[in-house]
Amino acid sequence: MSELATAATAGHTERSGSLWADAWRELYRNPVFVVASVVVLIVMSWAVFPTLWTSTGTDGGTCELVDSRLGPSSEHIFGTTFQGCDMYSHVINGARPSIIIAVLVTLATTLIGVALGVIAGFYGGWLDTVLSRITDVFLGLPFLLGALVFLALLGEQNIWTVSAVLVVLSWPPITRIMRGSVIQVKALDYVEAARALGASNMSIIFRHILPNSIAPVIVLATLYLGGFVSAEATLTFLGVGLQIPEISWGITVAQGQDYAIAGYPHLLIFPCAALIITVLAFIVMGDAMRDALDPRGR
Amino acid sequence: MGRYVLRRLLQFIPVLLGTMFLLHYLQTVSIQINGNPITALFGDRQPPPQTLAAITTAFGLDDPCLQQTGNPCLGMFLDRMSGYTQGDFGVDFNRQPITRLIADAAPVTVRLTIIAVLFESLVGILAGVVAGIRKNGFADNFIRLSTTLVISVPVFVLGVLVQIGSGLYVGVWLRDNGAPEWLSAAFSVTYQTDHPWASLLVPGVVLGAFSLGFIARLTRTSLIETLRADYVRTARAKGLSRRRVVGIHALRNSLIPVVTYIGIDLGALMGGALVTEGIFNIPGVGGLVFGSVAAGETPVIIAVVTMLTLVFLLASLLVDVLYAVLDPRIRYE
Repeated sequence: MSELATAATAGHTERSGSLWADAWRELYRNPVFVVASVVVLIVMSWAVFPTLWTSTGTDGGTCELVDSRLGPSSEHIFGTTFQGCDMYSHVINGARPSIIIAVLVTLATTLIGVALGVIAGFYGGWLDTVLSRITDVFLGLPFLLGALVFLALLGEQNIWTVSAVLVVLSWPPITRIMRGSVIQVKALDYVEAARALGASNMSIIFRHILPNSIAPVIVLATLYLGGFVSAEATLTFLGVGLQIPEISWGITVAQGQDYAIAGYPHLLIFPCAALIITVLAFIVMGDAMRDALDPRGR
Repeated sequence: MGRYVLRRLLQFIPVLLGTMFLLHYLQTVSIQINGNPITALFGDRQPPPQTLAAITTAFGLDDPCLQQTGNPCLGMFLDRMSGYTQGDFGVDFNRQPITRLIADAAPVTVRLTIIAVLFESLVGILAGVVAGIRKNGFADNFIRLSTTLVISVPVFVLGVLVQIGSGLYVGVWLRDNGAPEWLSAAFSVTYQTDHPWASLLVPGVVLGAFSLGFIARLTRTSLIETLRADYVRTARAKGLSRRRVVGIHALRNSLIPVVTYIGIDLGALMGGALVTEGIFNIPGVGGLVFGSVAAGETPVIIAVVTMLTLVFLLASLLVDVLYAVLDPRIRYE
C-alpha cells in the first residue's frame, strides 16, 4: 500500500492519483482485461437483446422433432437439440436467466454485505458480536448443499426463488470482508482527524470509510458474477433450478448429457462452451481488478 | 493459545445451534406453506384421511404448530436436538433409520473425497511451487492460465465432459486393446462395486479439479511472499542449497494458508460430491441427497444435510485450532 501512496504523490500530473484512478489506468491498458470485458459485454447483449443475435425469437424458435439431434449445418450452425430446436438460438437465449440471476444476486448481496459489514465494523460492540455470529451461522451451511435444500424445500423454482436462495447463502463472505476492511480503515489517522473536526458518524462512513474500504468487495463481487452464472447452471442441471419451458444452459446440458454419450457430442459442446467462456470472462475480469486494486498480490 | 482455542470452542456452540435451527426452521416453513409432505408420497391416489393422519403421526409431523405459518415450532426443535444427541436422525418414508442409510453411503463418499483431496493437494501444491519459484517464467504463466481455466469450469460441466471423454473414448479404446480390468474400470462411465477405488479415480479428479486451481494459486502467492522474507534471505546468505531454502524454510511457512484452505474446502467438496455422484451414478451420500430431492423426502434431506453440516462445522473448528497450533503468531482478538 505504501508503494502505491508514494507512487500517487509522485505523479502530480495525474488527477490526485487516487487508488481508483490508478487502478483504472492500469486496467484499460491491460489487454486481458479488455478482451474479458468485451466477452462480458457480448454475453450481456445476448441476455438483453437476444433478437440482435438470432431471428428465432426469445422462445428458441419452432422445434421440429423430425430435426432432433442434427449435427451442425448451414441451416443450424450449432446443430439442433434433442427436441429439434435450433442449438444456436438456445445458446443465445440461455444467457438471459443466468445473467439476470447473476446481476440481481450480486447487487443484492453486495448491498446487504456492505451495509452489515459497515455496521458491524464501524460500531463494533454487541452489534458486531451478534452480526458476526449470524454471519457464522449462514457460513456454516455448505453453499451448494444449502442452496439445494432451500430450493428443494421451497417447492417453487423460478428466477426469483433461485435468486433469493443465492442471496441468502452468499451475503456472509461479503459482510465478513467488508467488516475487516472497515475495521482496518477506521483505525487510520484521517478518520481520527475527521472525528476531531466534528464530523458525524454518517459523514465519516460515507466520505472516508466507504470509499477507502470497498475495493476488496468490488473485486469479490466481480468474481461472484461468474460464480453465480455457474451456480445457477449447476442448480438447474441438478433439477432444483429453473424448470423446462425456460431456456437455460443448465437445462440444455442436462438434456444433452444422455445423448452425448450415445454419440451426439454437439449437444454438450456448444452449451458447455458458452457457459465456460462466460464464467471465464468474469473471473479473468475479477482477477485483473484485484491485481490493479491490490498491488501486493503481484 | 489456550485462550484462543477456548474462545473458538465457545463460539462454536451458538453457531452450531444456529445452523441446526436454520435448517429446522426451513423445514417447518416449507411444511407450513406447502402442506403435509406425506400427501406428496401418494400422488393422485390419496389414502383415506385416517391412514394419512396415522402416517403423519408416525413421522412426528402432526404437531399443531405446523398449521401456523411462521411459527418456529421450538418444541419440535428441542425434540429433534435431543434425538440428535442420542444418535437418532429419524427415518425415511420406508421407515429405514436415516443413520443406516448414511452409514451405507458414507464410505463411498469418503473414498471419493480422499481421492479428490489427495489429487488437489499433491498436484496443486506442486504446480504452485513450480510457478512460485520461477515467477513470470513460462511455467508460471502456463500454470496461471490453466488454473484460471480450471476454476472457470463448473463441476457439472467438467463432469459430463470428462465422463464422455474418459468413459466413452478412452474406456472403449482400453477395453478393445485388452487393458487390465481395473484400468478399464477406472475409465468407465459409472461406478463399479467390484472396483471401489479404481472406478472412483476419474470422479475424484473431477471433484478435486476446482480446488486444485485455488490451491495452486494460493501456494504460489504465499511462496512468493515468503521467499521475500528476511529469514529466507538469511538462509540463502548462509550458503544453504536452493532446494533446502525453498523446501524446508520457505515452503513450510507458506503452506499454512494452504492447509487452512484444504480444511475449509470440505464444504465445497461436499457440494461438488453431490454433483459428481449424480453424474457418475455413485451410490454415496451425494447420491442419497440427490435421490431424496427427486422423491421429495424432506426428512432425509434435512437429516443428511444436518449431518454433513455438522461434519463441515467440526472440520472448520479443527482447522482453526490447528491454525493456532501451527502458527504461533495467530492470536485473534
